[in-house]
This record gives sequence, C-alpha cells and structure tokens, in this order.
Amino acid sequence: MKTTNRKRTPWGQSLKALLLPTLMAGSLTAAEYPTAEVNTTGLAVTDDTVTVGQLHSITGTMAISETGSVEAERLAIEQINAMGGVLGRQIKIVQEDGASDWPTFAEKSKKLIIQDKVACVFGCWTSASRKAVLPIFEKENNMLYYPTFYEGLEASKNVVYTGQEATQQIIWGLDWAYENLGARTFYLIGSDYIWPRTSNKIARNHIERYLAKKDPKCKVVGEEYYPLGHTNFRSLINKVKLKKPDLIYSIVVGGSNVAWYKQLKAAGITSKKYNLLTISTTEDELLGIGGENAEGFYACMKYFQSQENPNNQAFVAAFKEKWGADSVIGDVTQAAYLGPWIWKAAVEKAGSFDIDKIHAAHPDIELPEAPEGYVRVHESNQHLWSRAKIGKIMTDGQFEVIAISEDLIEPDPFPEGYQ
Amino acid sequence: MGGYTAQEIYSIVVMQSFSGVSLLCIYVLMGLGLYIIFGQMGVINMAHAEFLVLGSYTMCLFSKFITESVPALENIYVFLAIPLSFGIAFGVGYLVEWFLISRLYKRPLDTLLATWGLSLIMQQCFRTFIGAREMSADLPEWLLGSWSVNDSIDIPISGLILLVLTIFLTGGLVLYTTKTRMGLRMRATTQNRQMTGALGINTKMTDRVSFGIACGISGIAGAFFTTMASTSPSAGTNYIVDSFLVLVVGGLGSLFGLFISGAFLALLSSILEFFMTGSIAKVWLYLVIFVVLMKFTKGLFSDKVRS
Amino acid sequence: MNTLSNHTDSSFGKLLYERLFKNKEGVIAFILLAVVLLLVFPLCLNTFRLNLTGKYLCYAFVAIGLVMCWGNAGILSLGQGMFFGAGGYCMAMFLKLEASDPESTAIQSTPGIPDFMDWNQVTELPWFWFPFKSFPLTIALIFILPAVLAFLLSVFYFKGRVTGVVFAILTQSMVACLWYFIVGNQGFFGGINGITDLRTLNGWDIRTESAQKTLYYVCSILLLFCILVSRYVLSTRLGRVLLAQRDKEMRVRFSGYNLTLFRIFIFCFAAVLSAIGGAMFTLQVGFMSPNLVGIQPSIDMVIFTAVGGRESLLGAVYGALAVNAAKTAFSEAYPTLWMFLYGATFIIIVLYLPKGLAGLYDDHIKKWIFKLKPKSDSGTTPPSEDLEKEVPYAK
Repeated sequence: MKTTNRKRTPWGQSLKALLLPTLMAGSLTAAEYPTAEVNTTGLAVTDDTVTVGQLHSITGTMAISETGSVEAERLAIEQINAMGGVLGRQIKIVQEDGASDWPTFAEKSKKLIIQDKVACVFGCWTSASRKAVLPIFEKENNMLYYPTFYEGLEASKNVVYTGQEATQQIIWGLDWAYENLGARTFYLIGSDYIWPRTSNKIARNHIERYLAKKDPKCKVVGEEYYPLGHTNFRSLINKVKLKKPDLIYSIVVGGSNVAWYKQLKAAGITSKKYNLLTISTTEDELLGIGGENAEGFYACMKYFQSQENPNNQAFVAAFKEKWGADSVIGDVTQAAYLGPWIWKAAVEKAGSFDIDKIHAAHPDIELPEAPEGYVRVHESNQHLWSRAKIGKIMTDGQFEVIAISEDLIEPDPFPEGYQ
Repeated sequence: MGGYTAQEIYSIVVMQSFSGVSLLCIYVLMGLGLYIIFGQMGVINMAHAEFLVLGSYTMCLFSKFITESVPALENIYVFLAIPLSFGIAFGVGYLVEWFLISRLYKRPLDTLLATWGLSLIMQQCFRTFIGAREMSADLPEWLLGSWSVNDSIDIPISGLILLVLTIFLTGGLVLYTTKTRMGLRMRATTQNRQMTGALGINTKMTDRVSFGIACGISGIAGAFFTTMASTSPSAGTNYIVDSFLVLVVGGLGSLFGLFISGAFLALLSSILEFFMTGSIAKVWLYLVIFVVLMKFTKGLFSDKVRS
Repeated sequence: MNTLSNHTDSSFGKLLYERLFKNKEGVIAFILLAVVLLLVFPLCLNTFRLNLTGKYLCYAFVAIGLVMCWGNAGILSLGQGMFFGAGGYCMAMFLKLEASDPESTAIQSTPGIPDFMDWNQVTELPWFWFPFKSFPLTIALIFILPAVLAFLLSVFYFKGRVTGVVFAILTQSMVACLWYFIVGNQGFFGGINGITDLRTLNGWDIRTESAQKTLYYVCSILLLFCILVSRYVLSTRLGRVLLAQRDKEMRVRFSGYNLTLFRIFIFCFAAVLSAIGGAMFTLQVGFMSPNLVGIQPSIDMVIFTAVGGRESLLGAVYGALAVNAAKTAFSEAYPTLWMFLYGATFIIIVLYLPKGLAGLYDDHIKKWIFKLKPKSDSGTTPPSEDLEKEVPYAK
C-alpha cells in the first residue's frame, strides 16, 4: 500500500502534489474515523480498507469503448491509495464484467451491492446498461458514478453523472457552428438509440426555435438513424450530398464510426467541402477510424487529450505510464477518472461512507484542477458544471482545441423549452 | 423531388447506382467463401464471418508492420497484404477442417453449433491477443479518396477497386472449379464422396484444401473490408446473417444465383435505405427476403434438388 | 404428484402414469428434479442466488421447447429468442403501463404514458398497447402472440418442405429482423434500452425479497408442469409421428401422413413454452431488453439444450442450470477464460457428447448406479449435482 507510494514517478508525484492540497485538508487517519461511526449501514468498510465495485463490459461488443473507463478508474483509485486512501482506508476494487449485456449488468450490480456490500460502484457506459441497473441502485440505496456523456432526462439521487448531459454538449456547440462556420442548414445523423435521438431532438429544437430567430434560414434538412454496428452508409451519404447541408451533425456511435468516416472520405465529403460536427467521436474512436479519414472535422466535448494545462499533462503521463504509451484518452475516459475523486471528496466532506450522507455532501464539491479544468458538482442534480470545448481532428488522431466556452455550462437534464 | 435540378438528380442516381454496385460486390464477397463451404460441401460454417475478420486483422497488423519497419513499401503494400491474408486464412481454415469439420460431415446441424463455438473462441482470441479496441489499416492515400467525374459526381476509388477485386475473385473461382484438377476433385467429392474415393482421389485432402481455399477467399474479402468498415473482435457479427441470406436467396449450389441474389439484395437495400431511415429499412429488407423465400423455397437459382 | 400415484390402480390413472413417466425411473427422476427445485435450492441459496436460479429456469422453458421441436422433431430453430422476447415484452408492457400511472409520471410532458414514449415525443398511447391494460388479456396474449408468430413463420416453409439448415438460417434472420424492429421503433417499444423500471404486478411489488421468492416457486412449479405437458405430448401418437419423421421423413410421408401440420404444431408449442419463459423472465428480472431477442441469446438457448441432452426434457433443465451457473461462476472470476471455455463447450458437446448430460447419465452413471443396487431407490445421490460438476471436465 504505502510502499507503492515510493515507486511513483515524478509525473505521478506532481499530479498528487496538484490534487493534494485541494482534496485533502490535512492527513486523515483511520483512527480519527472509527468504523462504527463512518459506516452505519453495513457497507464493506473495515478499519483499514473500503471496498468499491467496478462494473464495465470487459467482454462483448462494448469492451472496445469501456476499456478506457476501466483503466481510468483504476488509475484514480491507485493514486488515491498512494495518497493514503479515503478516511485513512485503502480502496479495494471488486471488478465485475457486464459482458455488454444489460441483464448481466443488472445481475452483477445486484451481486456487488447485496453480496459484496460495496461502498459505491464506478461503472456502466451505455444508457441501456444504466437504465438496467438504476432500479437496483435506487431500491438498495447505493451510489453509481457514471462516466458517459448521455441523454439527460434523469437525475437519480443514486447516480453521479460525471459526463455531460445532452444540453451541455449540444447547445453551445451549435451556437459556435452558427457563428464560426456560418452553419444555417443542418443534417442530423445518429445511431439508433436513446442518446442520439434525444440529442438530435434537443439540437432540432435549438435550431428551429432559437437559431431560427437569429436567422430565419436556419433549418434541419434531414434526420436519420442507423442501427448500432451498421457499416453501409453509402445511401445516407448520397442523401446528404443531395441536400448539401452547411453542417453535418453526427452522433454515430461505436464501430459504425469507422465505416461512416471512411465512406464519407471515399465519397468526397471532406473538410474541404463540408463541415461536420460530432459529439460522439473521441480519441478512442479515432484510433479505429484513422485521423486521416476524418481530418478537419470538428468535435464538441468537454475534454481533449491535447488540452494544454499542467494537470492534464500530468494525467496523460500517468495514464500512459500505467497503461502503455500507445493508449489514448477520450472524453469519457477522463470523466471516468473524475468519479473516484468526487467520491473521495464527498466521503471526506461527509466524514462517512453512508450513502445518504455522501448524497448530501455532493453539492458544490469542486475539483479545481481536474484534467479538463475546473469542475463543480451541481447544487441539486449530481451532474457536473463544466466547460465545453471544440476540437478539430488532426491527422494523428488527436484534436486541436480551437474554442473553449467562456462560462461553466450548467447541467440541465430536464431542459425547459427543449422537450 | 421538388427543388432539385435535373443535373442534381442525375448525379444522385449515378452515385446511388454505384453504391448499389459496391453493395452487390460486398454481398458477393461475403458469399463467395460460403458458396464453397455451404453450397458445395454442405457445411454450415458459423465462424465464416470470423475468417473475414481474420483477413481484416491481417491487413491491419501488416500495415502496422510495414509503416514501422519498411516505410518504403507504404504505397504498394496492399498488394502484398492480399496474398498474405489469403495465406493466413487458408492455414487456419485448413487446420479447422482437419481437427473439427472433418468429423462432422454427416451432421450439418451439429456443425452449426460447433462452428458457433469456434467463432466465439476466435472472437475472444482477437480480443485477448490483439486487443479489444478498433483497429485501422494505414491505407495509402491513393486508395482513400474519390474520383470526381464532374462537380457533383464523386465515385469512391475503393469502390472501383472493390469491383475489380470481386470480378477477379469470382472469375478465379469459376476457373478453379471448372478447369483445375483440384477444383474438379472438389466437385467430384461433394457430389459422390465414396465413388470419388474409389477412384483413388484423396477425398480428405480435397476437403481440407477446399475448405482452406474458401476461408482464404473470405480472408481476402475481409482484408479489403478494412477500406470501408471497422475491424474489431466482434465485427463479424455484422456479416453473419447477411452472408448466409445472400447464399440462401441465391440457391445454395449456384454461383450465378449468388450474383443475382447479391444484386437483388443490393438493389433492395439501396432503394429502401434511400427512402427510409436505416433500422426500418433493415426490417423491410428481411421481411421482403422472407416473402421471396416463401415463394422460392429453394432459392432463386438452384441446381440441387434438395438442400 | 401424489394424486397421480394414488390413481395408478385405475386404468386411466395407469395410462396417464405410463404416458407421463414411462416407468419407475421416470418418476424418480422427475421427483428428484422437483425436490431440487422446490426444496434444495430454496434452502441452500440466499435470495440473490435464488433469484438468479429463477432467471436460469426461465431459459429452461426455452430449452424444453427446443427439446420438443429440435430433439424430438428434428426442426432446429435459431430464433427462439423471438418467442422468448414476445412473451417477455407482453409481460413488460403490462407491467410498464401499471408503473406509469399519471401520478408517478407527473413530470412528463404527457403524464400517464410510459417514460420512454415521452422521451420520444409520443403523445398518446399507441393502439397496440391497449390490450396490455388488462391482466387476463396480457396472459392470453403471452400464449397467442408467439403461437401466431410461429405459425406465420413456419406454415409456408413447412408446406414447401423446408426444414433443416435453411429453416434454421431463416429463423435466425427473423430474429435479427425483430431486433431491428424493436430498436427502430424506440418510441413504441423502448429501443435498445428495452422496457425498464418495472415495479408492481396488480399492485404487488415484485422487487421485494418475498416477492422474488414467491416468483421463484411459481416459476419452478410452472416449469415442472410444462415438463409434464411436454411428456404427455411426446407420448401421444402425434409425438411418435414426429419422432418417426425426424429419422425417416420419407417413410412417414409414404405411410400417408401430412407432416406439415405436425411440424407446425410442435413449432408453435415450442414457441409458447419460450414465451412463458420470457414472461417469467420479465417478472423476475424486472425489465425486458432487445438483447434477449438477438442472434446470440437464441443460439445460447440451443446450446443449453445441447448440453442437457437434446432429447431429454429433464436434461434440458439441468443443461440450462449448469451452463448458466458455470457462466456466472466463471465470469465472476475469469471473464476472459469464460469465453474460451464457453466456445469449447459447444465443440466438446458436439464432438464427444452429442446426447449431452442426459447421454452421459444414460451411458455411464446409470450403469454405475445399477452396480450399487439393491439400495438404489433411496440411497442414490441426486444425479443433478454430479452432472453439473461434470461439464468442465468432460473429455
């Protein structure tokens, strides 16, 4: 435990140094917090350890996307342990495999909560898996730290959403495209499930109700959905060519991305002739797509690996040291990394592992030096205030950050006027 | 189609037809390997799609190897990758036939289960030994772009190459089955195993080579699919239903039928996808196939009496 | 069971006894299964594990259906997920309507409709949801819908004498079709997320521990009942004709039988069994998702049957239990290894144990037990436990 402390590299040290003052007001020892007091609901907390659960897909189709989150959460927990743990207790992880299958997610979350009595769970990725486990978390009263950008329409007291909900990612991005790319006609494209559909609904409402007020020419010229894993976009591309939109707004997810960008390029839709803004393509996906196939297109996220700030550089270096120099870090991976830190901050603020007390402690927790920049937990809905960023895809599969929102954007999972 | 000029509509029709042709080529390439394995040898290989993915991985890893160690070949390595992916898929197929399929020729439904198990194992192998993430081959620049015929018509270069490859492979397969000694042996063995054996032909060896060749062809197809789709451990699941359907619709034993059914499915899905959104187009595609097969229970063209 | 054995004196009772159990051994095996399901599991497992077992038993319904249509009639269906899903979705739609009363959905823009409809801008309940407001209608639909689906799917093909491989591939494509249909109609069926957050059945909270226990018993008893019905079907002339056509189709046809109807019947019968499993699944797991309708789960269900023994009804139950228990145990410890092992199971079963666990019992363990006679009736250990353990070690 403490010996691992010695082995850390300067990068890890500097990261700790950066996060340390903000997260730990003095060193905490387990003796100051007796187990009987910090754990009144029978969670798996002993005098020197606390057990948490980790629930992602390691096998099956979603393993591609979820691997990054698993790695980030492990890194964060390892760093926390090296700093002395939470309330003086070392964190132990019970990892379960959701196997890309929603009933399995439900089964495993039950196992983690009821059988292992974990203090909280870091996990889930797709909306479907979150929806499958949500009733269990609510009934058994446990806490899920959920890393993915998602569709909103939910604010459970048993989930902390460390990714953006849809409006945080969409509205500012569309305004940016309206002003900087001169986008007036929009073609909305998505994979066929709830996140892209809800996001496009919000986008359409924003275009038709708000942007159209500024310029009546603003309109949506097409909206299409393709099943997950779809690999033939040729007909869609021809439809896009027929409509000649100013902006292709793409929420294509997972493996389909590769086919989508390669076929766009093969059909002559490149950044020279068309603008494309995506909210679903991160560094992870670009690894499979190949930067040269998507070069010059834009993405709106809250984090890019290439962000230039010392915290991010330390984070990237620590991540690469642990998981290999080839690894890339996408938006969700970074959001997953925040989960354990927020939990730690909440536990220390509450002085307890009890779920209700953590829930009460969440509002206004700040991570001033997170890799993406300053974030703060919302006062009421357990989402994060964060800044949106626009990145331009480069040939090497990284993004060049070209715009950052001035203000923190408020998470608003039930947006008025966008329903 | 209000608001569009004749020129625009003409361009779209041309491009949409070409994408239909590309889809036809994809269907045929998916079906070619199965045509030998399922149509000729009567084996249901549910791991067929994994051989496609094996070819894709060969391409990706080979491209990685080339860019790292022999950058001089970067522009032409694709031509080396094709025989390589054929070779690797052939080898794996040869071994699979030897150790697994050869014991199951009399129980087609059991082969289905065994090969499904094989496909799970192959998928997990890709995941464990190569990695769960998507891969992509660094393709030379000349292969990626489009050929602009005029301002509004862009023809994908990869589509053109796909077309050439399909014609080349199909032609080769026809020549192989009708003109070469091995091809004749294969057909003799599938038609009457005992008689062929009695004539002194090593039927076991023939089976093994035929199976290997079928897998090799799938490997080439898979290698080429990297130019337009993703390579991931579970990519095969996207191909498996379609590749069996195209063969069943065509009638199991006929290469000509395979072409016609490929054309039929490509035409159908191009039209459906142009006029409706993706998921629903897929539902209609399957329903139409269902109805067509209801009418032609043996497929559109079949030279076998019973399947 | 007691009532049945009391009646063995009367000729009708004797007939029934012979039809359902064949002989004493049949009775013992059946009672053993009943004891394992109704006594051993509830006593040995905690509620969480019992609930899991209940979930596995839902797959056993499908496996029994496959024993009927694949093992005993030679019609392999790779599309049982379709019927499992039909049953499951019927039940889920009923429960979802009950869970979305106007009060608990007050924050929606249209209160009183399921939440996912509201998210997808559906403003009123579609017409095909109305039957699911009534519980009896829902139960009826759980039986009727899969039967109708199975009938439509099979009638033209069986008339055209399509069975075997081509039919298997067709059922597979239809299961894919249904998957796309559900995913594409997100506003009506919940899309990829499925229908989640189900709470009560006629006001009875199905999420509590006691409810889950009760549901487990209901599920087990229903399963035992289905086994008896299936046994009965197999013992009739219809069952014997099906068995005969599996092995010698032409000979049966030449004897003047029109096989189309026989085949359609057994296919529909299997479909209904799957649907019952699906409905029980929804009740015990608390949601329904298109994942259970896909190609992969449909083939999984075939492998449960193959592991248990494709001709043995009881074997199918043990097969479903064994594979799923192994899956849970291994995926908790070694998720990667599990995929290899699972794939290998398919191959091993096909190559070395074509009759599955039941075959293993018949060929090896039975002989061994008979050596231990005369005390065999009371002194034998339950075969189930032995058999479950043997899966990974089978040569």
